[in-house]
Amino acid sequence: MQTAGLRPAFAFMKPPSDDALVELRDLTFGYGERVVLDNISLTLPRGKVTSLLGASGGGKTTTLRLIGGQNRAQRGQLLFDGQDVTLMTPEKLFAMRRRMGMLFQFGALFTDLDVFENVAFPLREHTDLPDALIRDIVLMKLDAVGLRGARDLMPSELSGGMNRRVALARAIALDPDLILYDEPFSGLDPIALGTAARLIRELNDTLGITSLVVSHEIPETFRISDQVIILANGRIAAQGTPEEVRDSTDPLVMQFVQGQSDGPVRFHYPAQPVDQDFGEVVR
Amino acid sequence: MTWYRPADVGFATRRTLADWGYGSRLLLRLVLLFGACVRRFGLVRDQVFFLGNYSLAIISVSGLFVGFVLGLQGYYTLQRYGSSEAVGLLVALSLVRELGPVITALLFAGRAGASLTAEIGLMRAGEQLTAMEMMAVDPVRRILAPRFWGGVIAMPLLAAVFSAVGILGGYVVAVLLIGIDAGAFWSQMQGGVDVWSDVGNGVVKSVVFGIAVTFTALLQGYEAQPTPEGVSKATTRTVVVASLSVLGLDFVLTVMMFSI
Repeated sequence: MQTAGLRPAFAFMKPPSDDALVELRDLTFGYGERVVLDNISLTLPRGKVTSLLGASGGGKTTTLRLIGGQNRAQRGQLLFDGQDVTLMTPEKLFAMRRRMGMLFQFGALFTDLDVFENVAFPLREHTDLPDALIRDIVLMKLDAVGLRGARDLMPSELSGGMNRRVALARAIALDPDLILYDEPFSGLDPIALGTAARLIRELNDTLGITSLVVSHEIPETFRISDQVIILANGRIAAQGTPEEVRDSTDPLVMQFVQGQSDGPVRFHYPAQPVDQDFGEVVR
Repeated sequence: MTWYRPADVGFATRRTLADWGYGSRLLLRLVLLFGACVRRFGLVRDQVFFLGNYSLAIISVSGLFVGFVLGLQGYYTLQRYGSSEAVGLLVALSLVRELGPVITALLFAGRAGASLTAEIGLMRAGEQLTAMEMMAVDPVRRILAPRFWGGVIAMPLLAAVFSAVGILGGYVVAVLLIGIDAGAFWSQMQGGVDVWSDVGNGVVKSVVFGIAVTFTALLQGYEAQPTPEGVSKATTRTVVVASLSVLGLDFVLTVMMFSI
């Protein structure tokens, strides 16, 4: 049984078969009339890296926001460690969020604090640890992302890749059970991208975390994932191991994985026929 | 919006009421978070430093020139009645009762209020506030409340600096340049300014202005659209709304203080 992410003290509370940290059951969410997620069911197995792919506007980021409790689903259940996020009071929600870290698309570092204080922020807010201990924890986390030497820099002095790594150190500061990555690779050069991907996998394995990666970068994401889920039009188009998804014969999945510009997802925005816009060709 | 269509009027009314309700609740929360701010006073202290210290230069320079002008204008009027020695009293009363709190609040709105709005708006735009919420830290408690109380504390201090520098400016003009007797200048002031009814009222005014200006700045920043355009609009609105509410509140407070 996979128990890497399970804290022994709470192990007795789980039914033995429950190896999912997060579970979405028939979840439906929309903004007003527009349905973003339509009856979605998926699970994030403990200790595994799951990646969520799909076209822009396909509901990936919305799924992250739902798991983090920033939005509430209209229908269905969203279980985090057996508790329904959609029914939580603000206090319970805050208690749950202490158990998850989130890496934002552009890092979202606090621009008025230096690197050290950014990583120390969750520790200072949520614990009464003495300064010496906070220093050690922060330097350990920074060391894990290779930036122990950058502790005194301000966020404006960091490159895009370093910025993301500091944000990752901050996300793991409180030793979370789950990390949500919102487009962790966007805007990174190939070296920084490879580093970020390797870090996600390493942290997941060494710390026994459960990870959810929302991304567009097919090769990197496939390389580090245990499970791949492709969302399209608010539904799950494919789900399985990277190999299963890559070998899928579904036209939509093939279009997405191979990056073809036309297919089930049209290249052209719906328009009137060409003749009507340009007139008859006069020869 | 077209004013003659009942649906539009109803929608606008409801939205206005909802905005007011939201604003009032936020203000109430900020006031109730006083205790939390006292427990972590370091955060408030940093804001008093930030808001107060950086406004000090503009406040002192403005106070000096306002004092100069008050000295000249006061002398011009008073010497017609042969009571030019009272210019010290006139300068002091005008400053501590009225000009000190009001001009300080207007300058504070432009200098510190605008920077508060921009700071909070850009934090919103950079997802920093969302990131904080995801770390189970309440931005209202961690970011807004210390700034609110920092502004409320800084405002009376800045108004006091303004008035003090202004009185010195009046002294320079009336005594050093025009040649009014220094003893008369100071003793008239000492005899005529009451600590409670004059200075006290001025302090009450500047505390109220501190609440109004800082709250306006924070609300505009917190509610700003997270785009460059939205932040710039919010900053402008802060200066306009805060300045107007200072002038309006000043009238209301003055009327109340005269009737007591």
